[in-house]
Amino acid sequence: MNVAGPDYRYHTLVVTVENKSGVLARVAGLFARRGFNIESLAVAPTDDDRFSRLTIVVDLESAPLEQVVKQLDKLVNVVEIRELHPGSAVERELMIVTVEAEPDRRDELVEQLDRAGGKVLSVGADRMMLSLVGPPKRIDEFEDLLRPFGIVELQRTGRVALPVLDEDA
Amino acid sequence: MTTTPMDGGQALIRALENEGVDLLFGLPGGAILPVYDPLIDSSIRHVLVRHEQGAGHMASGYAHAAGRPGVMMVTSGPGATNAVTALCDAHLDSVPLVCITGQVPLAAIGTDAFQECDTTGITMSVTKHNFLVTEAQDIPRVVKEAFHIATTGRPGPVLVDIPKDIVDPNSPRSAMEWSDEIEMDLPGYDPNVEVDPAAIAAAADLMRAAERPVLYVGGGILKARAAEVLYQLAEMTGIHVVTTLMARGAFPDSHDLCLGMPGMHGNFTAVTAMQEADLLVVLGARFDDRVTGRLDGFAPGARVVHVDIDSAELGKVRRADVAIQGDCRVAIEALIAELQANGLGDADRGAWRSRISGWQERFPLAYEAWEPGQALKPQYVIERLRDLSPDDTIVVSGVGQHQMWASQYWRFDHPYTWINSGGLGTMGYSIPAAIGAKAGMPDRTVWAVDGDGCFQMTAQELVTATVEGFPIKVALFNNSYLGMVRQWQEMFYEERYSEVFLSKDVPDYKMWAQSMGCEAMRVDDPDEIDAAITKANEIDDRPVVIDFRVMAEEKVYPMVPAGATNSDLVVPPSQADLSR
Ligand SMILES: Cc1ncc(C[n+]2csc(CCOP(=O)(O)OP(=O)(O)O)c2C)c(N)n1
Ligand SMILES: [Mg+2]
Repeated sequence: MNVAGPDYRYHTLVVTVENKSGVLARVAGLFARRGFNIESLAVAPTDDDRFSRLTIVVDLESAPLEQVVKQLDKLVNVVEIRELHPGSAVERELMIVTVEAEPDRRDELVEQLDRAGGKVLSVGADRMMLSLVGPPKRIDEFEDLLRPFGIVELQRTGRVALPVLDEDA
Repeated sequence: MTTTPMDGGQALIRALENEGVDLLFGLPGGAILPVYDPLIDSSIRHVLVRHEQGAGHMASGYAHAAGRPGVMMVTSGPGATNAVTALCDAHLDSVPLVCITGQVPLAAIGTDAFQECDTTGITMSVTKHNFLVTEAQDIPRVVKEAFHIATTGRPGPVLVDIPKDIVDPNSPRSAMEWSDEIEMDLPGYDPNVEVDPAAIAAAADLMRAAERPVLYVGGGILKARAAEVLYQLAEMTGIHVVTTLMARGAFPDSHDLCLGMPGMHGNFTAVTAMQEADLLVVLGARFDDRVTGRLDGFAPGARVVHVDIDSAELGKVRRADVAIQGDCRVAIEALIAELQANGLGDADRGAWRSRISGWQERFPLAYEAWEPGQALKPQYVIERLRDLSPDDTIVVSGVGQHQMWASQYWRFDHPYTWINSGGLGTMGYSIPAAIGAKAGMPDRTVWAVDGDGCFQMTAQELVTATVEGFPIKVALFNNSYLGMVRQWQEMFYEERYSEVFLSKDVPDYKMWAQSMGCEAMRVDDPDEIDAAITKANEIDDRPVVIDFRVMAEEKVYPMVPAGATNSDLVVPPSQADLSR
């Protein structure tokens, strides 16, 4: 297993919580009052409707991971916390973005999109809406590629993650 | 399974009875009205307070003294917000409380209804957990969960917010079926921890090898009811003990191994022994900044064994060489067994012991003798209170200089005889907490040691004490100042006194106390101190207040200035020239 070296600034926690009102506020409030920074947060129900799953990317410059995990674990509604080391997690994020796309630049744009594995969601007179799913780093890179075209609006989901499958298992 | 039809209000009272609640501190209002009706028919005694903060501190004093969770009940909106200080206080000192709050009816929640406030939102960060109950049927389960959470693991306050319509018999939403089989549903809460034997062995190894060990004992020892096993551990190992502000009494002050209180106003030997130690065995304590002083200069040569039920405390402030998550009693028992099995080691502690006794000889707690014309010496008043009151007196203090003198100059020889607000430092704590302690331990003498500033924050609860029959005694340390703040301004702000003078003669505490039904005395002559205390100790049919006129100029020593390390402890002027 890849263990995170000290150079990793961000760390992903997959947190299973009770699906009750106010639980997100408890988690967010904990981060706020203890001065822990959240880099990204995604929330969705699980296959068991009693529980939801939060994928939290924690900025370790704000606090040691161990403290974050232990404090989270004290929340009564937090059922399980899995720490995903950056090297041993499969992480995905979805971006949808509207970019300036004058007809003469469209080919170039679509070529970039194809190379990244994205999709065209909608085409307007001089704009296009695109989507891309991938590891957060790829999304970052694609975002940089799009910038020269002119980003009109951009929305990212924050990452979700699961541990890589253990090949020996 | 048989069930009985009930309304939510009846179910709430029944659920509290089931938890063994005998006393409820509270004050009614619109949203909680329907619960006050079935209360009339209940075996639970309700104590009507004069301010909801008082109810919270009473519940806290009760919990500290009696070892059972304190319970309070208040209405929505201002009732709940008045309780917030007491909840935060209990949260920081890990006191098991259950607070029932009324809430506006479900349909009105979120509409800015009369006396609506977001109680669970407001109290989220000052409780161990809180609940908003939305179905009458859930009331028994949530009450059971609340008591379970409040009293297990690291204890703390739990709040249960109850919308009016689920307890109001006139509302269809209040109908429920009571069943005696109540199952908790807390998939994310498991307070059971097993102490790791490997960690115990590692801790024992460090203890065997240490030449300068100290047992650093905090309030967790009392929460774990571990005073007896701590005594055994200290006796068998001969290791000295410091008891923090939250742990005074957990180990007897009269024992040779007791060094007293560490920290900002700790005594020289306790502070210095920790600084010079090569091993700190930390039992239910959390390296509070008031204990450590500047952290990077705290106990620089010490290895650390840290035992706490709350794993988040392990490594939070100071890295532990051996971290043991677990109940202090269980962990100490395991340590004792390990040391019995594998021996105590043969580290030479002779030099350490003689250094300690040298410090004790040169740097005892000290204050200058009284001179004619001066107001009373507060330290002397504490000493007289101590010597003239029963050995098992419960002392409950406010916050300020008087608190520090009480914790320094009393001699605590029994656990659960010292109650104070350590974490939050809540002025006004002592009178209501003393009432709660008396309610929990009616046969014991309870002295509130209070400041004049503190007294004015919660004195109205003496009305509660009189009317409800809790004959507490209040020693009012009247220096006409917010003395602790005055001390900082004198020492660190060039004697520029800003908004710390209260008043010499207003209020007239004696008349005020009398008007609240108390016996009241005023003492300004040292020769009258004993007679007044003796008289107070003889009165048992109403509260007593003694207005002791003490010196405003007196300062609490020793003192670690803010930002300094514990090695820079400031000793009283009489000891300033002694070599350390
Ligand atoms: C509710 C609250 N407000 C302010 C403070 C800050 N404070 C700490 S000690 C103190 C002075 C207390 O005065 P008094 O009760 O007269 O006690 P003394 O220090 O004079 O013995 C103050 C204002 C506090 N601890 N609590
Ligand atoms: Mg004062």
